[in-house]
Amino acid sequence: MNPIDKSIVQPALDSFLNRDVYLHLETTNGAYAAHNRESNMTVGAYIRNGRISYGRGIITGDGPYRVGLKMELGWVYAEGLTDFEMEQEGQLLLAGHDQEGRLAVALELSLHPFEL
Amino acid sequence: MERHVLVVFPHPDDETFGCGGTIAQFAKSGVPVTYICGTLGQMGRNMGKPFFATRESLPKIRETELEKACQAIGIQKVIKLGLRDKTIEFEDPELLADRIEQILRELKPSLVLTHYPGYAVHPDHNALGDVTIRAISRLSDQERPIVHAHAFARDCQDVLGPPDIVNDISDMAEVKLAAIRAHRTQSQLVLGRLANGQLKKPSSKDSYSHMLRRESFWTYHF
Repeated sequence: MNPIDKSIVQPALDSFLNRDVYLHLETTNGAYAAHNRESNMTVGAYIRNGRISYGRGIITGDGPYRVGLKMELGWVYAEGLTDFEMEQEGQLLLAGHDQEGRLAVALELSLHPFEL
Repeated sequence: MERHVLVVFPHPDDETFGCGGTIAQFAKSGVPVTYICGTLGQMGRNMGKPFFATRESLPKIRETELEKACQAIGIQKVIKLGLRDKTIEFEDPELLADRIEQILRELKPSLVLTHYPGYAVHPDHNALGDVTIRAISRLSDQERPIVHAHAFARDCQDVLGPPDIVNDISDMAEVKLAAIRAHRTQSQLVLGRLANGQLKKPSSKDSYSHMLRRESFWTYHF
């Protein structure tokens, strides 16, 4: 992955406009967060292969970045994004890594289902 | 001497961090070791340091790391259950127990290493440990292998008492360290901290030097 360049990521978001896309969205503070007392709670959530369509998709902020995807009936939102990758055709990977390089948040879009 | 050791854990690296030295000792003495690995650790947050894996490339990378680690500690055979990281507790436990039972009846291990259900912190650890215990409890007394369960919840000593199996693995420290290194994405951060002296606090129960000297288990009583 490379540090996010909005001038590349914004057109990539636009390329999915009004299409059926598969979404991977997650956030995590690690399965051992409570065990390690890094915080009081272990929290995390993920959606793998949610199928969505959005008519407006924006990346904003000065880094770490935020992304909002406006759907007909709702929103997809992610905050803390730092890096991106577009190596696979029809696939955009965005992730937020902490200072140690650990993934804390990910928002990924693909025209084809993500592998299970 | 054991006839066959079966290891059951959910994530590539559980076998190394928890009992790599113990497995290496069995393997070195000629005991066949089979590892049932539940998932590919697809949802790990450690991506290497500096990070080089992505959420999408991580499973393949960890699969390769697992191969190398197994070579290092002497696991000859890995059976991958093909489950997804963080989802084991939501699967039908009886169906998973069926799969484990089938493998048990085929391999007839004399010893099983798995997580102690309820005392292994990660929900996948507890769930796969539970399913493994279910499968083993279906066997008759004569067929049933000994189970050495791995636990590291903060309260495990309070509830379970001290571990009854404490293996001195100092002779396998280098082998275990090689396996830890093989799990690059999962160990670079912690090895880096070790090199910086950030993990040398004597108060730390999980200190690395301890991990390379001793591995502890609780015999599971049916």
